Amino acid sequence: MGLFNIFSKEKKATLDQGLSKTKESVFSKLTRAVAGKSKVDDEVLDNLEEVLITSDVGVETTLRIIERIEKRVLLDKYVNTTELNVILKDEIASLLAENNSDSPVDFDAALPAKPYVIMVVGVNGVGKTTTIGKLAYQFTKAGKKVFLGAADTFRAAAVDQLVIWGERAGVPVIKQKMGSDPASVAYDTIASAKANNADVVIIDTAGRLHNKVNLMNELTKIKNVMQKVVPDAPHEVLLVLDGSTGQNAFEQAKQFTKATNVTALAITKLDGTAKGGVVIGISDQFKIPVKYIGLGEGMEHLQVFDRNEFVASLFE
Amino acid sequence: MFESLSERLERSFKILKGEGKITEINVAETLKDVRKALLDADVNFKIAKTFTDTVKDKAIGQNVLTSLKPNQLMVKIVHDELAELMGGASVDINLKGSPTVILMSGLQGSGKTTFSGKLANLLKTKRSKNPLLVACDVYRPAAIEQLKVLGEQLGVPVYSDLESKSPVAIAEAAIKYAKLHGNDVVIVDTAGRLAVDEAMMNEIAAIKKAINPQEILFVVDAMTGQDAVNTAKEFNDRLNFDGVILTKLDGDTRGGAALSIRSVVNKPIKFVGTGEKMDALDVFYPERMADRILGMGDIVSLVERAQEQYDEEDARRLQKRIAKNQFDFNDFISQIQQIKKMGNIKDLAAMIPGMGKALKDIDIDDNAFKGIEAIIHSMTPHERENPSLLNGSRKQRIAKGSGTTIVDVNRLLKQFEQTSKMMKMATMSQGKLKMGKHR
Repeated sequence: MGLFNIFSKEKKATLDQGLSKTKESVFSKLTRAVAGKSKVDDEVLDNLEEVLITSDVGVETTLRIIERIEKRVLLDKYVNTTELNVILKDEIASLLAENNSDSPVDFDAALPAKPYVIMVVGVNGVGKTTTIGKLAYQFTKAGKKVFLGAADTFRAAAVDQLVIWGERAGVPVIKQKMGSDPASVAYDTIASAKANNADVVIIDTAGRLHNKVNLMNELTKIKNVMQKVVPDAPHEVLLVLDGSTGQNAFEQAKQFTKATNVTALAITKLDGTAKGGVVIGISDQFKIPVKYIGLGEGMEHLQVFDRNEFVASLFE
Repeated sequence: MFESLSERLERSFKILKGEGKITEINVAETLKDVRKALLDADVNFKIAKTFTDTVKDKAIGQNVLTSLKPNQLMVKIVHDELAELMGGASVDINLKGSPTVILMSGLQGSGKTTFSGKLANLLKTKRSKNPLLVACDVYRPAAIEQLKVLGEQLGVPVYSDLESKSPVAIAEAAIKYAKLHGNDVVIVDTAGRLAVDEAMMNEIAAIKKAINPQEILFVVDAMTGQDAVNTAKEFNDRLNFDGVILTKLDGDTRGGAALSIRSVVNKPIKFVGTGEKMDALDVFYPERMADRILGMGDIVSLVERAQEQYDEEDARRLQKRIAKNQFDFNDFISQIQQIKKMGNIKDLAAMIPGMGKALKDIDIDDNAFKGIEAIIHSMTPHERENPSLLNGSRKQRIAKGSGTTIVDVNRLLKQFEQTSKMMKMATMSQGKLKMGKHR
């Protein structure tokens, strides 16, 4: 089993066959690797290393986890492999606990500002627009009035894509023509949302590789222009990361944070692999909470990240 | 220049300590570093392990060139193996068939549509083809529109059918359309799909069966992590694709996925995407990719330069002269010239054990040798061979001739003296130890 057990029962019920796509989780592989072993020895630790690294946890974090387990094994003298699971669960939970609150804020919770402005950023192809479509749907379903801003004026048909999502979710999309100034679209959207007494504004931006300085500066500019309408906007800068991305995810988090002060992460495409390792690594290295995870192409395939369920699911 | 000489000295000791060859012991740390570098670059765990093991076996016993450490040579060997593994003969896309049918495949967001546009552009402008783009992504909102916009920008026709929900039917109809309209290449863009999505994988297999493409390309994001192996394998098992397209290489990812995929499916990487513009397409350079994955480019290029420029004959001659106490200014200047041939002095000096860190923040001027060379060149050949001749008036003449001062000339002489002394001591102790061995 695996990541899909992240969901509580009723949440699970909303998910369709998409879930059955998942293969076994890496941690069940670990269980197999230690089967027949009574004691945590070097071989078990080697296997653990493999499991962690192959799930994109990253070398640094993997070494840290192993080191901590080694210490405990040394301290307790004798640790059997059943206890290993418990220790591992402990360690991973504590890595996640630093940034992620115990009780995640669901879509129907009251928002700290009105309109609550979310700016969505990320590299190309991670699923920003899709995530926005799903967010719009979920917020609307929770009774919130949502406005979308099509500030990806660069990629071919990006505006059309957001418009279709807007139609599906039944929310207005503020747009200008392709090639227009994204900051101006953001301005229009927030102004319009404010005038219409909207609860949530979500601004889409063009995908950009984090090492392109000019494009990163553009993000800073969009952010500044937003503040002309709502002084404390954006209230949330959501960095979307592709769940199948490797170690470059760290550099993405770093550079986008530098340009826009990222406040939350959305990890997408987690249905593709039985892995959530990147979530662990990112949580260890950055002080940014994971807020949403994407698990499929349907509107309802976006969940608020719950670390307890997440950790539990890794070991089921 | 003293560095180069002391390196030579170090070499004599190294051989004694058994560091002149690559052994399991002297590269153990390096191999660990290399493996970590590969993992940091997202090379698959198993592949990184097998790879370093194989390379180690190949490397053990190899002689280490003077002025190099076993570790440095090891890195170079790893680099070359990497490049070779990813390289091989470059394979162009197959443009046979009328029309040629090219099928795209890959995960969501890997860049299939953008690459389709770039490929159409390349074929049109560089190969005088008349391509047709086909929009078979009936799932993602506005995917068809995206291809249409690209086609319009490029002046390439796009076949689509907004009514149809069947990619197989659209692809088949597109080929008929191409035959009618004289399009000699048909590029079929498809929806992104997960390798674990049985229904979607069946769909693309069905498209393949229906249109029988000459070329199936697997488009993959260069930033992909450990799962690249599984994805590539699944797609290859289903489609037996012909080549790989590595996208978003203009980012700063190390791109270990390239190695993983290559090792798992053994298919050539045909193109790399290097930007969002329609002409940002490049052929694949295994050497550059190896540099990028390993991230130890500095060491690699240094070893290359050292290997290129190092003249073993010269070195042997020099050692003999040192032994006979014949080291003179001619040797001295030939040493300087050898260093200069190798390029950046700071880089070279940094290769000396312990020097790298010390030199990190110091700028060494490549012209640093100019004054020394001028002084030596201002000596007569006789003086160069017999440094002891240099008295006050000779020094004064040399200083004038080289545009320096007596102080500079004296400094050089002192350095020269120290160096020859050091060298003599080193060769002597080497000789003693060697005799000890004989006994």
